[in-house]
Amino acid sequence: MSMHAPSGGLMVAVSATFKRDLTLLLRRRGEVLNPLVFFALVITLFPIGISPDPQLLAEIAPGLLWVAALLAALLSLDSLFRSDYDDGSLEQLLLAPQPLAALSLAKVAVHWLLTGLPLALMAPILGIMLALPAGSYLILALSLALGTASLSLIGAIGAALTVGLARGGVLLSLLVLPLYIPVLIFGAGAVQAAILGDGIAAHIAILGALLAISLMLAPWAIAASLRISING
Amino acid sequence: MWAFINKLRSPKWFYSISAKLQPWFWAAAALLLLVGTVWGLAFAPADYQQGNSFRIIYVHVPAAFLAQSIFVSMAISGLVFMVWKIKVADMAATVMAPLGAAMTFVALFSGAVWGVPTWGTWWMWDARLTSMLILLFLYLGVIALRGAFNSRDSGSRAASVLAMVGVINIPIIKYSVDWWYTLHQPASFTITGRSAMPMEMWAPLLIMVLGFYCFFIALTLMRTRSEILRRETNKRWVQELVEEVR
Repeated sequence: MSMHAPSGGLMVAVSATFKRDLTLLLRRRGEVLNPLVFFALVITLFPIGISPDPQLLAEIAPGLLWVAALLAALLSLDSLFRSDYDDGSLEQLLLAPQPLAALSLAKVAVHWLLTGLPLALMAPILGIMLALPAGSYLILALSLALGTASLSLIGAIGAALTVGLARGGVLLSLLVLPLYIPVLIFGAGAVQAAILGDGIAAHIAILGALLAISLMLAPWAIAASLRISING
Repeated sequence: MWAFINKLRSPKWFYSISAKLQPWFWAAAALLLLVGTVWGLAFAPADYQQGNSFRIIYVHVPAAFLAQSIFVSMAISGLVFMVWKIKVADMAATVMAPLGAAMTFVALFSGAVWGVPTWGTWWMWDARLTSMLILLFLYLGVIALRGAFNSRDSGSRAASVLAMVGVINIPIIKYSVDWWYTLHQPASFTITGRSAMPMEMWAPLLIMVLGFYCFFIALTLMRTRSEILRRETNKRWVQELVEEVR
């Protein structure tokens, strides 16, 4: 087909994309740290705005932590394809002989690894500050780790749709937030259930199911959206 | 089959066939809405619990039906546009979006008004109200995305993708909101007597639903026709049409 036959198959291309994105993001530490700082800042606003009463805070902590983490993940989405779009490497991805869906999945995986996972690991610390009842810390981290993976996948569709637009930031959140609601419901629900001592298996299972559906369908939507944004 | 699809590709063919269909749908819509309104508002018996306030159902339920159906038809039109590159499908999807958003708003608003006599409040985080509100946001997202692109073709394809993503998510959102609501259910209110609706209440509702659907089809045909004229202004057949009118 092409003059230079691509060396190696799909896995080589996917792991190369993964390594490239990981290296790039690790060199721009600010971009990795900013969502975490944002997360901590938003959590700081709530006791100031509502009440420092630990009892009240404990009651609303699961929802607050989840909403703030969701917003932090949303904030980082805009840069997911932005720099690749600006310097033209996104077009190279589109031209690659490997399916774009698989390559974009590698990019999303890096995004989750450096945004969703750190947010999930950081949440228990902020949970202490909000007087989150004991016994729910592990579930908080677990539900966030699972949930943010779906958020990254769904959000990447919106990021891909708006990457060609000059000011896509607000539009991106308008597109993506309604689609985030199921993840929020079951994520915050899992933490709530852990506090109440109910079974959390159902919530975690549904979060896993949402992730499975997103993993299956989102890459195709991301690929189609990237094609639209590049050609437009 | 292919001949039919090829015909559908031509906006001109759609323009002439819709001219023939349109009056029938308008007539059916006018008749059904008139009969349904008079029957529902004047002749149907009052609800033994809610009195006359239940009559909002004759606007609320058809609007809620349409709000969901229009999103599905918009996504199907988007799929048809993406797969077969049939431009008319995209034109229809373009005109459906504001209509669907309006219907969602009507359903929400009539629900809020209905909430005052039944629940004593304008808004309640009821499962159905909440998923309707999310549906409204989905509509607004599709409309905003289409408008954000400079090139019409990119906007059309982006809106089609988003409509398809949305339509996959609607059932997921709906069931998760239902679940969320059962977990957070407020203790003291039940809606009784809604499931077993007597025939005299149910028949006008069916007529109203059919009337709303006919109205939607007629309006979509009409607005798609004007969208065709707008986009095909430079085509010869449109210019000939304009000459004829002059």
